[in-house]
Amino acid sequence: MSTQQHNGQAAPAQPAAAHMPAPAGTVPPAGAGAGQQPGQGQPGQGHWPGGIAPYSSPIPMARTNLGHALVSEWTKIRTVRSTVWTLGVMFALVVGIGLLSAVGLSGDFTGMPLLSSGLFGLMLGQICVITLGVLVVTSEYGTGMIRTTLTACPQRGRVLLAKATVFFLLAFVMTTLACALTALINSALLSDQTLPSYERGSELADSFEGGKLVASGSEWLGATVGAGLYVALLGLLSLAVGALLRHSAGAITTMMGVVLLPLLMAMFMAGKALQDVRDFLIEYSPLNGLASLYRIPMTTDQDATGWPLLGGLAVVTLIVFAAAYALLNKRDV
Amino acid sequence: MIELRDLTKRYGDKTAVDGLSFTVRPGTVTGFLGPNGAGKSTTMRMVLGLDAPTRGDVRIEGKHYGELKEPLNSIGALLEAKGVHGGRSAYNHLLCMAQSNGIPERRVGEVLEMVGLHDVARKRPKGFSLGMGQRLGIASALLGDPRILMFDEPVNGLDPEGIHWIRTLMQHLAREGRTVFVSSHLMSEMAQTAEHLIVIGQGKLLADTSMSQFIAENSRTHVRVRTPEPQRLLDVLTTEGLRPAAGAQGALEVDGGDAARIGELAAAHRIVLHELSPQRASLEEAFMRLTAQSVEYHGHAPGGVQAPPEGAQVAPGAPQPPPEGPQAPPGGTQAPPGAPQAPPPGGQQAPPPGDPQGPPPEGPGWGEDWQRRRRR
Repeated sequence: MSTQQHNGQAAPAQPAAAHMPAPAGTVPPAGAGAGQQPGQGQPGQGHWPGGIAPYSSPIPMARTNLGHALVSEWTKIRTVRSTVWTLGVMFALVVGIGLLSAVGLSGDFTGMPLLSSGLFGLMLGQICVITLGVLVVTSEYGTGMIRTTLTACPQRGRVLLAKATVFFLLAFVMTTLACALTALINSALLSDQTLPSYERGSELADSFEGGKLVASGSEWLGATVGAGLYVALLGLLSLAVGALLRHSAGAITTMMGVVLLPLLMAMFMAGKALQDVRDFLIEYSPLNGLASLYRIPMTTDQDATGWPLLGGLAVVTLIVFAAAYALLNKRDV
Repeated sequence: MIELRDLTKRYGDKTAVDGLSFTVRPGTVTGFLGPNGAGKSTTMRMVLGLDAPTRGDVRIEGKHYGELKEPLNSIGALLEAKGVHGGRSAYNHLLCMAQSNGIPERRVGEVLEMVGLHDVARKRPKGFSLGMGQRLGIASALLGDPRILMFDEPVNGLDPEGIHWIRTLMQHLAREGRTVFVSSHLMSEMAQTAEHLIVIGQGKLLADTSMSQFIAENSRTHVRVRTPEPQRLLDVLTTEGLRPAAGAQGALEVDGGDAARIGELAAAHRIVLHELSPQRASLEEAFMRLTAQSVEYHGHAPGGVQAPPEGAQVAPGAPQPPPEGPQAPPGGTQAPPGAPQAPPPGGQQAPPPGDPQGPPPEGPGWGEDWQRRRRR
């Protein structure tokens, strides 16, 4: 209790109960605490000064749980413009570039699997998802909203989990939709190809059925759900990095580095001595993972499907997310 | 009820909050006063569990903040930093807060109405004025209809009407049996709102007392006498055991003197008086005297000589020339020796101790007048 004397004040020693003892003259309601229901805006009942029953709200209250946090985060993510902008631009880039490249390539022999040109748009589109993932967390730090959020929900892990879930599902659905639309465009415009004689016997020849270029089921899966998952995971990694760095520009720059640097660095490693490093960087470059899902891997292993790399990305994301989770609970906001 | 026990927060080797122990009780407005950098906001952040204390703890209704089942129903807070995403409309901001605590959506409309922001509910707070932002912060504090309310510098940026509104609002909330804890660096503001007072300086507790007690203990009273024969009067008063001192413009100031007795003495010795007036030092001065040792950021007035500050002055001790430092002269007046002393500003006088309530509550219509003005 207070170490200081409340000298001269009428308040007697504080009892354990949360309400002030009522002096003679004022009658506390029976079972004070539940009994008194001053509606909002009613002027004070009882007379000042003296014993006042503790306030009790007439508004029904529920014990908060993850469901509340999820609903709240969904409201948050759909009510800021950055969500509309980033996802809108992502959609336009993926589908727009997909359409343009399909129109441009149609009629000729492309020498690529049917759905693979979807990669070009998505390489740009993924930057939007990364940006949104970062902003979901860092915009709260930038504006001070995080204090409001953590005051409303002091279980910080729950907040992070809710943010991650809502963002991941949204990013996954939107990216998969954009990729699926692009894949449909590609399959509609690019399947009329004739296999040139010099390509007979190559791997691509297997994809020709009845004189038409087709995509197998697993190719479809990789170019739609696989690509959607991959980009949504990258976004989730961005969200975790944002929660670690708590700074929009810093986190976006970091993620750009993660996505682009391995490939850029590999480009300048020409020497024989660096061959191993170069191969490693190319193979584990996030862009290679995405390219492999579209069946145009950057490595010599032309059978790569991209799924193992997607699994690797999931593991990395999980580790960074766990670090963000642990640090969020430790740090002051 | 908020209980702090030995609450301490250190940032590196700097102690922001140093062993604070006090209790904020329901049913009254408790003022939390201290100069800039005294640790008020840090303390409030620790109450909300945003910052972890280095030592000690703080409990809300006996629980740590993180253990609260429905936090917004237990405590609503307005923090100094706005805590609003500028791009999300006022309505949606409150809605996402409400949803995180399972508060029904209709409550959002209610609190917007209450603070008078319903006309701009769909606008983005980015374009809000300081006062509107403050009202939105108050709306979010009231959202859960909480038993405890905590306001950090609520009158910042509000116009006089808004200040009056928040004052009556806080008193009204306290009268409903809620705990109201409000910080300020303005003593004059607190004197009109708070009934109980907690003063800190450099993170340490300086006073924990009722407002009337603080006023009684800290208001320095003196009698100002003006006469064409100051030397004679000086002799007479000194002989009678009073301690007159030279005041502004040739006046004499008698500390702790009784105006009637001085008048009688002057009459008995046939000394003409031009002025005989009891003076009461402002609460602001009392507050400065209390915190003089612990002011962190001293400004230095270019002239070195300045009248005692008016209500809005923030940096106590600032007017004093450097050699004196923060130490107040024994007399307690803030003016340097020999400097002319202006009379204490009338507006900063304490309200009569018998009326701790200040202006009567407005009841349900808080903010109504503000709304009317907006519609015009």
